[in-house]
Amino acid sequence: MSYILDYNCVTPLGNDLTSTVLAVEKGESGIRIQEGYGQASFYASVILYPVAVLLGFTRLETLMAQALYSIIKRNPLQGKSLLMISTTKGNIGVLDSDFVPENAYLGSTAGKLNRHFGFSEEPIVVSNACVSGILAISVAKRLIDAGVYDYVYIVAGDEVTEFVVSGFTSFQAVSLVPCKPYDAQRAGVTLGEAAAAVLVSKEKGHIKIVGDGSINDANHISGPSRTGEGLVRSVQSALKEARIPADSIDFISAHGTATPFNDEMEAIAFDRLGMNAVALNSLKGYFGHTLGASGLLESILSFESMKRGVLYPTLGFENLGVSKDINVIRRKEKKDIKRFLKTASGFGGANTAVIFERVD
Amino acid sequence: MKEQFYIKHYCTIRNRQILVNDREVFTSEDAVFLDFSKAAYRHIGLSYPKFFKMDNLSKLAFLAADLVLKDYKSEENEVALVFANASSSLDTDINYQKSISNKAEYYPSPAVFVYTLPNICLGEISIKHKLYSENSFFVFESFNPSFFKGYAEILMKTGKAKEVLCGWVELIGNTYEAFVYLVSEQGQTLHTEENIKKIYRNGRT
Repeated sequence: MSYILDYNCVTPLGNDLTSTVLAVEKGESGIRIQEGYGQASFYASVILYPVAVLLGFTRLETLMAQALYSIIKRNPLQGKSLLMISTTKGNIGVLDSDFVPENAYLGSTAGKLNRHFGFSEEPIVVSNACVSGILAISVAKRLIDAGVYDYVYIVAGDEVTEFVVSGFTSFQAVSLVPCKPYDAQRAGVTLGEAAAAVLVSKEKGHIKIVGDGSINDANHISGPSRTGEGLVRSVQSALKEARIPADSIDFISAHGTATPFNDEMEAIAFDRLGMNAVALNSLKGYFGHTLGASGLLESILSFESMKRGVLYPTLGFENLGVSKDINVIRRKEKKDIKRFLKTASGFGGANTAVIFERVD
Repeated sequence: MKEQFYIKHYCTIRNRQILVNDREVFTSEDAVFLDFSKAAYRHIGLSYPKFFKMDNLSKLAFLAADLVLKDYKSEENEVALVFANASSSLDTDINYQKSISNKAEYYPSPAVFVYTLPNICLGEISIKHKLYSENSFFVFESFNPSFFKGYAEILMKTGKAKEVLCGWVELIGNTYEAFVYLVSEQGQTLHTEENIKKIYRNGRT
């Protein structure tokens, strides 16, 4: 069995878990109008407070180190400890059209953090589009359950860069207003940046990872399946492993990027799974879409939901705008959460589902 | 639950040559990967127009996977994909960066941008072979046989997959290397770290 022992995050809403959760409790969003990045003004959730970049590190690596630092301080390395990095684009901002710096390699980021914190095992980088963050938890759990490692320190991070902003804009996938997940007026993503860290271990903690699955749509590389096939199968795989029925899930922390196709696909998938009544949120309205960090960051906020017995509303959501009836959380409400499901989907037809259970 | 696994089929593509299960399948004089990949596509007898829209990393992964899964017939495929490389999608990232570097010639293309993710090649393979299966892409500084062996066996022992297609697919410019192999409960070559290393090194058992 694998457990979540500790977690932390560095986000536009705060430079640690406590300040971030406090802001979410108050319903604050990190999304602001931005200038630059080669665009006319657009909305994004960017870290605006000063970041003291570590010597030899990039800004992204510093954010990752910051997220990881307090976890390692509280849980010093022992046994077989692995560092796992989750990122979609890493230091893509360093790329120049005719020069490829060493920093552009994800292995360089992993190596630096590995040495900085004194890990002895070779680090593992997960780079699987927008499911990377939650997939990292799934991979860590599998490696721990198989006895390969005792502790896996996961750190995820992605930045808002011209590279990413121009790409999503070229897809006409960027919303002109702060994103509105599952809403009738939704018109695309709002990008964001963050770093998040989670310690997964064989040592018993307050949250258990009971099932997971990461199954491809086998349908399209840049659009989600119309039937939600990969997501349905991923959730079924996780439920089967956990030996629980779909209705024993108390809450879903969904992907909800606020693009018309993604949110519709998720609604179809949850409808097929008979999970229409399960309370569901997307946290993109607070943090924007933080790419490879999003799955880990949203899991962390949901660990807090479970611990505090409170469901956070889907910021930006007003009127249901998907074809299936799903139970999108509108207001902050108290709820005893024993189990929750985290899902994500991304380019390349990727989907991941992980089920977490509270240990009383 | 089986405790012994085999390397059922394998393919290496490097230095303008393709080897499948110890046999040379194709050799070319083309030093440019794009030309080499087109010639290989024709030689193998593929008929899959989507191939020409792919970026070079996906073409490389797709060709190797296709040669390994060639005779694969199954209604409900349970072949997981575990792929990795050292440079992620950097080859296409550089191409995309060129399109946004010059403000006078600013032409970011969604068709290029979508390939700035290394796992897109897994999507391409899954679509072709209708693999509704476990998918994950990793990055290591160099080929990591112990991770591949361990993770493939975890997927099979935990029932997440019946077989696992493992792939090391590295490409920057015209320097490329693919090593793709199918791990199964049946086969001739034992799935050991030594054998994986040996086939990776020599392209042969």
